[in-house]
Amino acid sequence: MSEVRSELKYLPSHEWARVESDGTVTIGISDHAQDSLGDVVYVELPEVGSQVNVGEEAGTVESVKAASDIYSPISGEVLAINEALEDEPETVNGSPYDDGWFFKVKPSDVSELDAALDADAYQALAEEG
Amino acid sequence: MGKQTALYDEHVAANGKMVDFGGWDMPIAYGSQVEEHHKVRRAAGMFDVSHMTIVDVRGADAKAYLQKLLANDVDKISSQPGKALYTAMLNEQGGVIDDLIVYHMDGWYRTVVNCATREKDLAWMEQHITSFEVELRERPELAMLAVQGPEAIAKVAEVLGGHKAEVAQQLAVFQGLEVDGWFLARTGYTGEDGLEIILPEAAIAQFWRELLAAGVAPCGLGARDTLRLEAGMNLYGNDMDETVLPMAANMAWTIAWEPAERDFIGRAALEAAKAAGVEEKLVGLILEQKGVLRAHQTVIVPGVEAEGEITSGTFSPTLGYSIAMARVPKQVGASCLVQMRNKEVEVKVVKPSFVRNGEALV
Repeated sequence: MSEVRSELKYLPSHEWARVESDGTVTIGISDHAQDSLGDVVYVELPEVGSQVNVGEEAGTVESVKAASDIYSPISGEVLAINEALEDEPETVNGSPYDDGWFFKVKPSDVSELDAALDADAYQALAEEG
Repeated sequence: MGKQTALYDEHVAANGKMVDFGGWDMPIAYGSQVEEHHKVRRAAGMFDVSHMTIVDVRGADAKAYLQKLLANDVDKISSQPGKALYTAMLNEQGGVIDDLIVYHMDGWYRTVVNCATREKDLAWMEQHITSFEVELRERPELAMLAVQGPEAIAKVAEVLGGHKAEVAQQLAVFQGLEVDGWFLARTGYTGEDGLEIILPEAAIAQFWRELLAAGVAPCGLGARDTLRLEAGMNLYGNDMDETVLPMAANMAWTIAWEPAERDFIGRAALEAAKAAGVEEKLVGLILEQKGVLRAHQTVIVPGVEAEGEITSGTFSPTLGYSIAMARVPKQVGASCLVQMRNKEVEVKVVKPSFVRNGEALV
């Protein structure tokens, strides 16, 4: 059974968002997503300083099996990207909620996350497959 | 729920992620498929291939029948019991019905065909018995395990001991022998040394557990695919099918043209195609930048109107970048373009063989 963390918000497309204590939002993909993708070999992330928009493509994650777009759960400016994934993309498989984060955003409107799924709703969706 | 092999419970116990594969519940991976891949290149891994179809061919006309049925000539192996031959089975149009291995047993032959093509293969084989005196017998009660990697034979010998171990260590490449109801063959689908072992279903779980205890890694279909693609081995249904001539699938070497009077099924069509010229060939592609080549992406050869297509593509764990096989117009040069998701990227064109015995060939 894959792990779903209760403090996070999720998109049906399997990205998670975490509001940090400084008001920034960190984004990654769920344990269920990494498990379905299998071994991750490349992660393409947005550029630092660029703008991402809620529900729009912000990057790509490629595993041995498949390529999958990454959608941003929130709009804002990209403050940082996880550069460690360049050399060690497998971190996404080993630690999807911690060391395998994708990018950090300064949100333009944090209430956009109200429309995202909570952990229970996401868990139900992930279990359906 | 699909069909289950005799190792189903072992797969589940080893944390195998089960998927449908041609109607069978088979493990795609037990954890990281990349780790499984490396185990086979560097040490030893094992694959349950019991879903594959074994058909024994016996009878006074077994040889003549197979000489009619198959594009390669079993005469090449008929003087040496134990020799194996890779071949295509063609339709009248020269298209590939399946690819298979034939072993010359003791005066009879054993074929191993793909599981996804089982019904049509059996029907085709039955239909072409005609007046030949042969008996076909499917062997669903036999299980099959591939143990592959530089340490594979030593590990199998260690576990089996006795006479079977001696045979395992003495086999020549592409040779198979029967010992006490087990068939040990030095063949495989990974580009590494190793064995494919056909054994009674009742014995496989115990054998699996002993190999596991000896440090042989369970490997799933995911690693099997990346290993065979690195080795430049075709996958039926991806790299060729009934619409593809063997010459357009890097299988020209498996067609035995001599003796000219051997009238195998598909011969006339292949001769006509050869005379007219085959416009396409199967090549290897490598992409050294980020991204993964995938099956069905379009390939463009500059200056040529006809398009090509990737037949199999993946990330190569051994090389650290993406590789593919593609059927392209024969004019292709040292590089060409692939239409990936939202861009066109340049890729290098190489022979479709990337890694052998742990070493990069490109």
